[in-house]
Amino acid sequence: MFQTIESVELESLLKEKFPGKIISVEKLYDVTVAGVHLEPIKEIIQFLFDSGFKFLTTCHGIHYPDAKERFGMIYHLHDLPRNLRIRLKAFTNADPPVFPSLTDIFPGADWMERETYDFFGFRFAGHPNLKRILNMDDMEGWPLRKEYPLEDQARFDKDDKMFGR
Amino acid sequence: MVKIAKAPEGFTGHGFFATKLDKAVGLARANSLWPLPFATSCCGIEFMSTMSSHYDFARFGAERLSFSPRQADLLMVMGTIAKKMGPVLRQVYEQMAEPRWVLSVGACASSGGIFDTYSVLQGIDRIIPVDVYVPGCPPRPEQILDGVMLIQELAKNESLRRRNSPEYKELLASYGIQ
Repeated sequence: MFQTIESVELESLLKEKFPGKIISVEKLYDVTVAGVHLEPIKEIIQFLFDSGFKFLTTCHGIHYPDAKERFGMIYHLHDLPRNLRIRLKAFTNADPPVFPSLTDIFPGADWMERETYDFFGFRFAGHPNLKRILNMDDMEGWPLRKEYPLEDQARFDKDDKMFGR
Repeated sequence: MVKIAKAPEGFTGHGFFATKLDKAVGLARANSLWPLPFATSCCGIEFMSTMSSHYDFARFGAERLSFSPRQADLLMVMGTIAKKMGPVLRQVYEQMAEPRWVLSVGACASSGGIFDTYSVLQGIDRIIPVDVYVPGCPPRPEQILDGVMLIQELAKNESLRRRNSPEYKELLASYGIQ
């Protein structure tokens, strides 16, 4: 099933298909940016996939410590034949936040979601192998969350004996 | 120009030369080190320059790089060692046969360098014993050669009993290495 969407039509199409679920749509640097509710995110991405956005450029987490909804996922989708891009954002305040895994739509989402889990502690429902990917397995905490001081003065793993700061 | 390694101290007479076994073995070891390059970043690029014709690392008897730790004498750690790489480096060290030396090249391997962060090991001497540190970010090939020459001095002057001494065993035990 291949539907043709022009960039300008993307907003009306999404709003028609998912009434009340699309919070905002804007155009930034030739990329359509849509803020959407969390629950229908997977249906929206499946719909876009069926419409030609067959490539998940990247997906990643974000943390705004002072916002009303602190944790979010950003999805970058690319329609390669027509060179259209769309960016989706979904936010939540649950801790840990749970997002649907996209691994059954995009197998490439596997490592991206593991990385997001590794650095933000987000859970992905339906992910086949959700464990740390870059950091040590026995590491504690989620390093890219903005909840740590820039430097812990009491750290013990830095030694200034020969090579000081 | 052929340069022959200088003979150690000893007694010479008609048709014979006598010296200590330590010195003869040290001379052989120092001038035929097989380095294992453990290059993870930009210091490794400097090492490539050190190896090639302009700086010609082969002059020091280290022509043959050993990419297997089993045959290597000198572990050259060049570059940032992430905490996740730590166990790998340690295993490589454990696989090397005695006698073995370790050269820590560059600020990152020696102290973590600019990567003062949660994911980077703050100096390889936290997991393996280091013989010579080469400072620099990255150090120039001359500095790496200087470090290797210091290792050669260590090899030349090392007692044959050192690796069996209680002090050495204690050093390894302090790193949890058998």
